[in-house]
Amino acid sequence: MQYLVSVIDHRTNSGTPEEAIAIDAFNDRLRAGGHWVFAAGLADPSTATVIDGRGDEPVFTDGPFIESKEHMAGLWIIEAPDLDVALSLMADGSKACNRRLEVRPLLGPED
Amino acid sequence: MVASLAKRFGDLDLAEESAAEAFATAVERWPADGVPPNPGAWLTTTANRKAIDRIRREHKRVDKHREALMLTDHDPPAPVGVIDDDRLRLIFTCCHPALAMEARVALTLRLVGGLTVPQIAEGFLVQERTMAQRITRAKGKIAAAGIPYRVPSARDLPDRITGVLAVLFLVFNEGYLATGPDTDPVRADLTAEAIRLTRLIRELLPGDGEVTGLLALMLLTEARRPARVSATGELVPLAEQDRRLWDAALIEEGHRLVRERLDSGAAPGRYQLLAAINAVHTDAWDARDTDWSQVVALYDQLQRVDASPIVALNRAIAVGEVEGPDAALTAVDRLRDPLDGYHAFHATRAELLRRLGRREEARTGYERAIELAGNTAERAHLTRRRDGLGSSGRE
Repeated sequence: MQYLVSVIDHRTNSGTPEEAIAIDAFNDRLRAGGHWVFAAGLADPSTATVIDGRGDEPVFTDGPFIESKEHMAGLWIIEAPDLDVALSLMADGSKACNRRLEVRPLLGPED
Repeated sequence: MVASLAKRFGDLDLAEESAAEAFATAVERWPADGVPPNPGAWLTTTANRKAIDRIRREHKRVDKHREALMLTDHDPPAPVGVIDDDRLRLIFTCCHPALAMEARVALTLRLVGGLTVPQIAEGFLVQERTMAQRITRAKGKIAAAGIPYRVPSARDLPDRITGVLAVLFLVFNEGYLATGPDTDPVRADLTAEAIRLTRLIRELLPGDGEVTGLLALMLLTEARRPARVSATGELVPLAEQDRRLWDAALIEEGHRLVRERLDSGAAPGRYQLLAAINAVHTDAWDARDTDWSQVVALYDQLQRVDASPIVALNRAIAVGEVEGPDAALTAVDRLRDPLDGYHAFHATRAELLRRLGRREEARTGYERAIELAGNTAERAHLTRRRDGLGSSGRE
């Protein structure tokens, strides 16, 4: 199964050099274990643009689609056989990036 | 049976429904055809067939290959050990930390305990529909999020067992000190079910000290149930209970389990210490014979593994019996911040103030405790205590 792991934060660009080193080491472990699919940090929510292309002309709106105190500051997509493996891996991921994480399954081909 | 079906087909709903269908078929056929030589195996085989029928019906267009695989899986009926393993897996799945606590409780009672949805809804005073939705949602999450049917790895096992025991303790306590304005003060169905499930887990994990400890704690608590509520529906405090009403067989079994843990020489955890405290209480057939200094010593030990203010409050009560109400009140007053919203804090304080002759302060304490108490029998007891203050003379 694949899981989306969101990094929860209330600040942006708040990562420290120590955290970056820890995250790199953690990512190496994900790759070595065959769990790595993708990872990235995200720019500030204020840089987001909402698109609605359902009408005749696409409508573009400034800003994130949800205003909230906390936001998604980065993400992983990982491969894991079940939730226990995903949780146990990402408990270390949370330690590495020093943030809370949300783990959510991606819909598989048979869903 | 639900456990082994769930493992085989990876689908809780399917497992439950097929098992139910197999039982229904048995009820229909056995009276006419006679009970088969091996009823358990008959049921398992029938349930397996029903499950496969269901899969066929529900996935008519499913890949033929997948179906063929399912059909050629001629597992012989599982021996007892494997069924136990399946049950253990199911318990760990139902008590998974990724599920909300109330969902864990509901799933465990439904799938491991075999209670019906209306029974569980009644046990926790929620609407049947709400309970059904809660269970459906939890099952949905298990399937969609990939919560595995597996006994956790050795590294995670202690934490996960703690989680399972927390669920069972919660079920027991809800039965023992039922909340709600119009309910029976004690719901024996819930306490009995919690004990039954804890016994089952002890059979599956006989070497785990905390499992044994929790079972002993439940037995020693349950043993006092007949003396705990008076004929007029009031809670009777430990010191005033008619100890002849206690269940001697349960006490004997509880004491045996506590001794078994003491003999092991392993450092006791929270439940083992609570069981030991209850063993000291149930050792005294007259309240005056209680070895309170032993109780205080056990609470000291408990505070080292569980620093909660509730433990500190109970310790203070024991201190009151050894050193007198003054010392206890000093200790209790230090707990006001964390426990101001807890009825037992105010009840304990009021009791100590009453013993010290500070009647007006005691009255305020009882009133606050009555306001906060959720259990009908407890409220009746506190009300009598408060009214007792008045009749014994206000200067």
